[in-house]
Amino acid sequence: MSAVDIRGLGKVFNQGAANQVDALVDVDLSIASGEFVSLIGPSGCGKSTLLRLVANLLEPTSGSITVNDKTPKQARLDQDYGMAFQQSGLFEWRTVAKNIELPLELKGWDKSKRRERAMEMLELVKLPDFAEHYPWQLSGGMQQRVAIARALAVHPPLLLMDEPFGALDEMTREHMQSELLSICRRTSTTVVFVTHSIPEAVYLSNRVVVMSPRPGRITKIVDVNIEGERTDATRDNAAFFAGITAVREALRGVEMSDHVRGIEDR
Amino acid sequence: MKRFRRVALFLTSLLLVAVAWEVYKLVGPEAGGKIFGWSLLPRSNDRAMPHVWEMLSRYADPEVRGSDRQIWRVVLAGAWFSFRLALVGFVVGTFFGICLAVLMCRFKVAERGILPYLVVSQTVPLIALAPLVVSWGGKIEVFGWSWPRWLSASVLGAFLAFFPVAVGALKGLQSPPAASIELMQSYAASWTQTLFKLRFPASVPFVVPALKLAASSSVIGVVVAEISTGLKGGIGRLIIEYARAATSDPAKVFTAVFGAALLGLAMAGFVALADMFMMRNRPKEATT
Repeated sequence: MSAVDIRGLGKVFNQGAANQVDALVDVDLSIASGEFVSLIGPSGCGKSTLLRLVANLLEPTSGSITVNDKTPKQARLDQDYGMAFQQSGLFEWRTVAKNIELPLELKGWDKSKRRERAMEMLELVKLPDFAEHYPWQLSGGMQQRVAIARALAVHPPLLLMDEPFGALDEMTREHMQSELLSICRRTSTTVVFVTHSIPEAVYLSNRVVVMSPRPGRITKIVDVNIEGERTDATRDNAAFFAGITAVREALRGVEMSDHVRGIEDR
Repeated sequence: MKRFRRVALFLTSLLLVAVAWEVYKLVGPEAGGKIFGWSLLPRSNDRAMPHVWEMLSRYADPEVRGSDRQIWRVVLAGAWFSFRLALVGFVVGTFFGICLAVLMCRFKVAERGILPYLVVSQTVPLIALAPLVVSWGGKIEVFGWSWPRWLSASVLGAFLAFFPVAVGALKGLQSPPAASIELMQSYAASWTQTLFKLRFPASVPFVVPALKLAASSSVIGVVVAEISTGLKGGIGRLIIEYARAATSDPAKVFTAVFGAALLGLAMAGFVALADMFMMRNRPKEATT
C-alpha cells in the first residue's frame, strides 16, 4: 500500500492573472508506507507547495493526490498526518505538555488520556522532565523535538516536515536527524521531508526527490542505498558520499539561479 | 524588596512635586510673569496656587460650615462612586471592543466597513454626546426596568474605552503567524476552535496595553459625563461644585482634583493586577 500517491499533479497560483505562477506541473510520485522521502531543490521549485498540497492546506489545480487511499481532505479531517515546520510554532502560553496535547484537545480526548499520551510522546523525544516548562525556557533543538512530539501525538501514519531543522545549528541538527530516524523506526512512520541540505536529505532518506523551478517539477529521484541502520558512523560511509554526489549531480542539471541552501521565501 | 523600593520611589516623587510647588510659590511672581513678552509664568499667589499644607489640611475640615462630614469623606465617597461607574464602563467597553475585534477579524468586509467609523466615533466631542445619551437613556424602559441616570455616565466611559480595546484586540487576533494558522488547519480545527485556542491567547500581549488605555479613558469618560450631565454623587460633580467656590476657597478645588487622580490610580492598579494575572506565564520580553 502506498502512503501517498500523486498523479499528474499541477498547481497554478493566480491563474489567469498577470502574475500567474506555475508552481508545479505534472508531478508523479508514489511513496510507500514506512518510507522516508526528502524533497530537495532550489527556492521556488515548489517543494513546500507539494507538501502543502499533500497536507490539504492548498487545493491542486489539476491531477490527483491520495493519502492513505483517501482524498487529502479526508486524510486531514481524520488526522492521518502530523506536520512540523521550520519554526517550531509552539504556543508560548502553553506548557510543553499542553502543546503536545493540543491536537488531542481539538479531537475531544479527555484530560487523563491526553496527559498520558503527552508523557508518552515526551518519553519518545527524550524530554520527560520538561512537561511543565514553557517553550521559551527551552533551547531551539528542544523546541523542535516538542514540535515533533506534537506532530506525532495522534500517532499518525504520515509525518510531513517542512525544513524542521533549518533554524538549528549544525551540531544540533545532526543530532536531531539521528533522533528523528530512531523515532520513525520505532513508530514506523512514513515521512515526507522538505530540506535545503543535501547531506541531510541523503542521511535521512530512502529516496531523494530532486526538483527544479520555473515551472516546479521533479527532475530526478535518487535512490539512497545505505546498508543497515543509519548512525553517526554513516556520515563517513562511502555509500553516504555516493548518495551526496548523486544528488548534487542531479541538482547541477537544475538551473542554479538561487543558492540551494538558504532561507526559502514563500 | 523590589516592591518596597517602588513604593518608596513613588512617595519620593510625590514629595518632590510638593517641594517644587512650594519653591515656585516662593520665587515665582505673585501676579504671573512674562518671558520675552509672552505671559508664560503662572501666578503664584495663594488663590492660584494654595500651599500644599493648606490643601491637605482642608481634607479634615467639614465640607460646608456646620456639617459633620469632613471633606476627605465626601471626596472619597465621590471617588468610589465614580470608580464603580468607570468600572462598569470599562467592562462594558472592553466587552464590546473585543466583540467588534472578533467580528472584524472574522469578516474582512466588516473590518473595512467598521474601522473608519470607530475612528470617527472617537472624534465626536464627549461634551456634545453626554446630554444626548442621558436623554436617550431616559426614554428606555424594558419590562419595568428603567434606565438609571448613572448608567449614561458609564455608557460614555464605555464609549471611550472600547476603542483602544477594539484596535488592540484586532491587531492581536491577527498576530498569529501563517504557520500557526496552517497548523490549526492541519488539525482540522474549526474557526471557533482556532479563535479560542490560538487567536485569543495570542492577542493577550496586545490587549493588555490597550486595557491600560481603556481604564484611563473610562475614568475620563465618566468624569466628563458627570460634569456635563450634572450627575450627583461622583467626583466630577464635586470638582464642578468646588470650582464655583474657587475664588474664595481655592484649596477646596484641589481636594477634589486629587480625588480624581486617586480614582485614576485605582483604575490603573486594577488593570495592573489583571496584567500580572494574564501575563504570568509569558516570556519575560513580552511583558509590558
